Amino acid sequence: MEKSIDEINRRIREGSARVVTADEMPDIVGELGEEGALKEVDVVTTGTFGAMCSSGAFLNFGHAEPPIKMERLWLNDVEAYGGLAAVDTYIGATNKSVTRMESYGGAHVIEDFISGKSIELRAQSSGSDCYPRRTITTELLLEDLNQAIMVNPRNAYQRYDAAINTSDDTLYTYMGTLLPHGGNVSFSGAGTLNPICNDPNLRLIGSGVPILLGGAPGMVIGEGTQHSSAGNFATLMTTADMNEMNRDFLRAAYMHRYGPTLYLGVGIPLPVLDIEVVRRTAVRDEDIVVNIRDYGVPSRSRPVIRPISYAELKSGNVEINGDEVRVSSLSSYRKARQVAQTLKSWVEEGHMTLSLPTRMIDPSKQAKPMRETRKVILVQEIMQRRVMTIKEDQDITEAARKLLKGETNHLPVLNEHGQLTGVVTTFDVTKAVARPDRKVRVQDVMTRNVITTMADEPIDIAAHKLDHYRISALPVVDAKNQCIAILHASDLGKLFKSGGNQP
Amino acid sequence: MKLLVRLIHDSKPVIAQVVKETGILINVDRARSDAHEGEEALVDVPDESCLLVSELMQKFGAEVSVLEEGIRHDEDECVDCGACISVCPKNVFYFDEDWKLVVDTKKCILCGRCVVSCPHSALSMSD
Repeated sequence: MEKSIDEINRRIREGSARVVTADEMPDIVGELGEEGALKEVDVVTTGTFGAMCSSGAFLNFGHAEPPIKMERLWLNDVEAYGGLAAVDTYIGATNKSVTRMESYGGAHVIEDFISGKSIELRAQSSGSDCYPRRTITTELLLEDLNQAIMVNPRNAYQRYDAAINTSDDTLYTYMGTLLPHGGNVSFSGAGTLNPICNDPNLRLIGSGVPILLGGAPGMVIGEGTQHSSAGNFATLMTTADMNEMNRDFLRAAYMHRYGPTLYLGVGIPLPVLDIEVVRRTAVRDEDIVVNIRDYGVPSRSRPVIRPISYAELKSGNVEINGDEVRVSSLSSYRKARQVAQTLKSWVEEGHMTLSLPTRMIDPSKQAKPMRETRKVILVQEIMQRRVMTIKEDQDITEAARKLLKGETNHLPVLNEHGQLTGVVTTFDVTKAVARPDRKVRVQDVMTRNVITTMADEPIDIAAHKLDHYRISALPVVDAKNQCIAILHASDLGKLFKSGGNQP
Repeated sequence: MKLLVRLIHDSKPVIAQVVKETGILINVDRARSDAHEGEEALVDVPDESCLLVSELMQKFGAEVSVLEEGIRHDEDECVDCGACISVCPKNVFYFDEDWKLVVDTKKCILCGRCVVSCPHSALSMSD
């Protein structure tokens, strides 16, 4: 048996369509069987609600008198794109305010607009014969704009890898707060309710398909940026009118030490056309698997700790190497259900009919990493290979002598095997001299918890360590923990010298 | 009940002394020693012993106040994501059967970890 989209739409218009949310589907198929579910159910609604950083809106302000072609502009001091003519702009969700707290960004401008708040527009221009005006400052409400059309390059990820942090420090990431030593796991995504998880081969979701976006009726434009459905990480480009959005399904957020982002509700109603749709929409949390990745490693390819299903993630605890680790979600499952239920009522009440894609999205596409034509600068290019070191059991007066002779503030400390065990600084020696109790040997005064770098580490990572730990030098160690060089904060200056290693 | 104990002068073993004299078991939830602000401990005592413990501690020279409120939760800003759940050392946060966030403020020791972890600024310290 098959059903046509026209037949389903006729039932929607008549008010007789049977609509269910995607989380109800596994039980319905279990009870009625696939054929029975196909006969019974006409539409399955999906929903997700979470951080969707790659979002924003096109705005048109209307012309001023005298007119201006805005080349740089700010909305509540958040810069918007000035490369469109003349009173058009695009405001991106993650852009930070230049004057307010860094927790205010483009996402907050968007939320303030849809909440009916007044936004200050400031713009500059170099002026032209047709657009003579140079500056403008005005207060605007959403209703004062000609258009406010949200267009989001990358929404509704099919799934997202979970995060853990095995390093010694708390990390603040776009995946939230990650406690040290694998202290917690953080994940995002609605699992069984996720739109693309219910249509992984993209038979039903494509260009022109109606959706709920931020509480407004909208549509799928096509594939999203970084769309990678071959690896089960499909994304969608979406659009809807901001005038119809509401705070139930759109919230600005701020990730500590990461920046602003936008939480959005996105849902797609799926027509139950055939057995294949029934099978796909019967997907359960147990069937949707992601990896837990270690964010303690600052690289694009973060090591996988273990695979995990959404069922385990939603249980609140996961097992890692025999330990129970608590889980946090960044997305809201409660809100995801509200999205699916709202869509359900729209379809049941005949406010939204369905359509098939006018253009299909490629289900086999794989996203590529960036092609980098210029070499990333590594620590080995600016580190100092001649490094003065000292042994643990030497006297601090020897350390003082070496520090003076080497004109340095840091001496890596080695054990009898030549391995790095600490660092002694001029400050440590000074402290020991000022308080002459029994501290006479280097091992009594040295810092043992040493932050190090490797010769082949990118310089940006080393610089981030210097900044993060507020230190001014990093011993460079090899795989055997032998100290082979040292990198001073002052060495970073070499990167900016003309004729040096400037990229 | 949670008591905030401030030791203003030199650090006499006030808590140990109270435990020894009364036999009441006191749990130290959180403690801080700061060069400028002195020493402070958040302790958990059985409700019925609260008055006795705080009077004794005051006698031994500590400043004692009852911690009435835990973390503040703004339900309008909260989207029930649950980012706070795994960062809390005291299991203050959990979901009910409808995935709504429940905040059990009685268990809160005001460590503040959840405040920066909340993407929606829905959690804040009292005062």
